Amino acid sequence: MKVRVHVSLKPGVLDPQGRAIHHSLEGLGFSGVNDVRAGRLFELDVADSVSDEALDDMCRKLLANMVIENYRIEKVA
Amino acid sequence: MAFRSAVVTFPGSNCDRDLAVALEKISGTETIRVWHGDAELPDNLDFIGLPGGFSYGDYLRCGAIASRSPVMQAVVAAAARGVPVFGVCNGFQVLTESGLLPGALLRNSGIRFVCREVSLKVENAQSLFTSGYEAGQHIRIPVAHHDGNYHADEDTLNRLEGEGRVAFRYAEDVNGSARQIAGVLNAAGNVLGMMPHPERAIENTHGGTDGRALFESAIRGLVGA
Repeated sequence: MKVRVHVSLKPGVLDPQGRAIHHSLEGLGFSGVNDVRAGRLFELDVADSVSDEALDDMCRKLLANMVIENYRIEKVA
Repeated sequence: MAFRSAVVTFPGSNCDRDLAVALEKISGTETIRVWHGDAELPDNLDFIGLPGGFSYGDYLRCGAIASRSPVMQAVVAAAARGVPVFGVCNGFQVLTESGLLPGALLRNSGIRFVCREVSLKVENAQSLFTSGYEAGQHIRIPVAHHDGNYHADEDTLNRLEGEGRVAFRYAEDVNGSARQIAGVLNAAGNVLGMMPHPERAIENTHGGTDGRALFESAIRGLVGA
């Protein structure tokens, strides 16, 4: 089973990297970009027997830092 | 009673020797070196040091992989028993990632790596680690980090301030840290994490000795004068 885990900073948490990327986009002449937030994508290949609870646990215990980040699990196939 | 300390080395630690030498010079006893894969710590430790560096290449998040390594389970258990644990720089990041300290260390607000001496204000001079300073005293300690921007939610920040758990504050904005917090204590007062490097300010040849009092405080507090 292919699983994608999307990790993003919680709203309100300062994102200097996103800000720098935003600035760089503007430097390239792209207008109309209101905001950029940088995140992280994990692609996991797991056995079909891995439960939703276990996936949730992986996110909470390692893939995301719950103090500053949110996560979303997407099953691809 | 002889002071018995250990410093943990993770793959990618690079200030482990500095921390071990600082402890040895000030305590006069040898510092035990512990490897990240060790599941057990030496017995009867008075002090555990988590050094600066780039453990596991800062993969995933700074300190994230190190905080899940075998030795950290032993460190968490030791901290719960009241053994003093001191994390510097990457060691502070490991402490927040392991849950021993609240909050998180984000990328510096100015994006750049900051490597210079900064002025710190001692906020709490009554802890095990800071009793050798005066409250409100300004000290000069080097920083060298890319991810030292302390973040915690407002409730947590208010609680830390209210409980006297902000040990050190930057006298100026260095990295965007919330309320310019440079170092925090756990609720019991036996765990301190800080981004600045006191172990790099213990001899005149370092350019300053303001870091000495931190180690002297801890050693005196643990084994008597």
